[in-house]
Amino acid sequence: MILLLQYTLLFASVLLLVALGGCFSEHSGVINLGLEGVMVMGSLGGALTMRFLPAQTPAFVMIFCVVLVSVLSGMLYSSLLGIAGINFKADQTLVGTAMNMLAAAAATVIVKSINIAENPDNVSSTVQYVNAKKAFLVNIGSFQFNWFMLIALCMLGVSHILLYKTRFGLRLMACGEHPQAADSVGINVARMRWAGVLISGFLGGLGGIVYITAGVSEWKFETGVAGFGFLALAVMIFGQWKPLNIALAALLFGFFRALSNVYSGFALLAALKLPGSVYNMMPYIISLLVLAFTSRNSRAPKAEGIPYDKGSR
Amino acid sequence: MKAEKKGFLANEGFQSVLASFLCILVGILFGYIVLLLINGEGANKAILAILKNFMTYPSRAAQMKYLGNTLVKTAPLLMCALSVQFCYKAGLFNIGVAGQYVAGAGMCLYAALIWKLPWFLCVPFAMLAGAALAAVTGFLKAYRNVNEVISGIMLNWITLYSVNMLLSPAKEVSSPYTVQVASTNPSALIPSMGLGSLFSKNKYVTIAIPLSILCALLIWIVLNKTVFGYELRATGLNKDAAKYSGMKEKKNTILTLMIGGALAGMGASFLYLSGYEQWSCTQSSVPGMGFNGIAATFLGGLHPIGTVFSSYFIQHITSGGSFLDKAVYPSQISDLISSIIIYLCGFVLFFKTFLNSRLSARQDAGRKGGSGK
Repeated sequence: MILLLQYTLLFASVLLLVALGGCFSEHSGVINLGLEGVMVMGSLGGALTMRFLPAQTPAFVMIFCVVLVSVLSGMLYSSLLGIAGINFKADQTLVGTAMNMLAAAAATVIVKSINIAENPDNVSSTVQYVNAKKAFLVNIGSFQFNWFMLIALCMLGVSHILLYKTRFGLRLMACGEHPQAADSVGINVARMRWAGVLISGFLGGLGGIVYITAGVSEWKFETGVAGFGFLALAVMIFGQWKPLNIALAALLFGFFRALSNVYSGFALLAALKLPGSVYNMMPYIISLLVLAFTSRNSRAPKAEGIPYDKGSR
Repeated sequence: MKAEKKGFLANEGFQSVLASFLCILVGILFGYIVLLLINGEGANKAILAILKNFMTYPSRAAQMKYLGNTLVKTAPLLMCALSVQFCYKAGLFNIGVAGQYVAGAGMCLYAALIWKLPWFLCVPFAMLAGAALAAVTGFLKAYRNVNEVISGIMLNWITLYSVNMLLSPAKEVSSPYTVQVASTNPSALIPSMGLGSLFSKNKYVTIAIPLSILCALLIWIVLNKTVFGYELRATGLNKDAAKYSGMKEKKNTILTLMIGGALAGMGASFLYLSGYEQWSCTQSSVPGMGFNGIAATFLGGLHPIGTVFSSYFIQHITSGGSFLDKAVYPSQISDLISSIIIYLCGFVLFFKTFLNSRLSARQDAGRKGGSGK
């Protein structure tokens, strides 16, 4: 039971972080379908940092460096969307899709090259970080507390305040609802949208590193992050683009994702003898159902996905 | 204005081809730089290996054989690309093509290996499976306002796990792969009709290849010469205007996606019923064929005939990746190049607008100069 709680909180943290990222980007008016790719790049940055930092690094320094590198790689990668989607007015769906494919290919190439350079017989795309990962964990009884849970909770608070209580947040949302109006009162729409995209890169990259350290201590980059970026988008829609609702939605989805990790530990579920694939499918099925019932009265930012053209007032 | 002679640069088709070539050029250049970064010494040889693909072999017979292999995989890729394209024309981004492809693969292999049906029944079953899956996305889009990209991705994963379960009864005892179609049920193999002998007796080359090109022509006709195609394009250009002029946009959305799904399913049967590949029942990621289809369709300038060539090109470099020296370079460099190409395709619209505005500016300047004389 404690294991289930632990995994639920971990996966909910991932979904919360990434969904908040999507939330910032969409409130500024840019659909970030490339979150999956941002997660891969963030996790790659973090995983490589964990691998190359010496094992005796103090826990605090380790956490700081890993988070910093993940966040920076996420932001750097999301600027690909910023350049194409904001400055060059490209189709955001197309660019997002390209970013997802590019991240998977690039991460595999980078990890494989590093592995091959070290040992020509090792052509796998796996990074191991067994020892480094320990820095993130604190055992409280049989519950394994992960610092990332706290970080996610902080990000939730910060996001809520930033979005609703600051001038920046309100301006950001104006750019997603009615960029022409925002522009007419002197808000630089392109700059606000860049801010939205970079924040989504920040949170997406952070979510990526949390995801690959949840429960495992090595990651095969060929598999990417298994649609988690999109699950996070579903969480965001279910949470109606509001941080606090997103947090609740993330807990629900996190629970179903956690179930696929620990179902064999429950006598009742094990007795049903369902194949593991059924549990693997669960989060995706739930999200489809949830979307089918919540998208109808969607409160999506009105101008999302439409490149801002000064001439079309 | 209309009587004025347009330069060839202003020609829409020429611009598309030019833009695609630029994308390819930059994509390859980027791939080359990555190769240089990994290992400078072999980079020249490596990029040539990717570009040469089957031409790496010295003998003509081997070249033809491996050209055949590339074509075998081009057929499903082209079908996926057509699927994406058909939906894109109606304003729908069919990223679910990957799942529809998986559904097609699962269904055609099930029909072939468990029901022991002949190929001409297996292919329609694959189409049905793809269409049924796409119908779910279409229904959710039309009636429940669910973004087709998100529902598509969810269905991709659901389908992957379902097909793994569906096909596990047809698994080889000692491996995760499904049993060979050729030995279990030869009647399910798509016939070659002598095509294989053109490619040094490559037994995988079947009528699937000409069939896929035929499909491209058909799609072109449907899109440009039929009422349905017109309605579809009108819906893509302006959904509200189409609805206002009496087109049933909900029905069209579902129908379009179903046709797209059928194309993707058919594409999967073209590969799996040639016996070239077996399904791995422990597969943990959605096959890249559908996603490469997105690359091919945009690189082909969203034109069915252009897509025939771009599909070949994408498959050519993807197959070329396997000729790399595995001890130095990862073969995913090819995927890297094709994903860079799709990213660059995002800039095509901007490129065309830029080119046109430069051209008209030059024309204006020319006219002013002319009147001054």
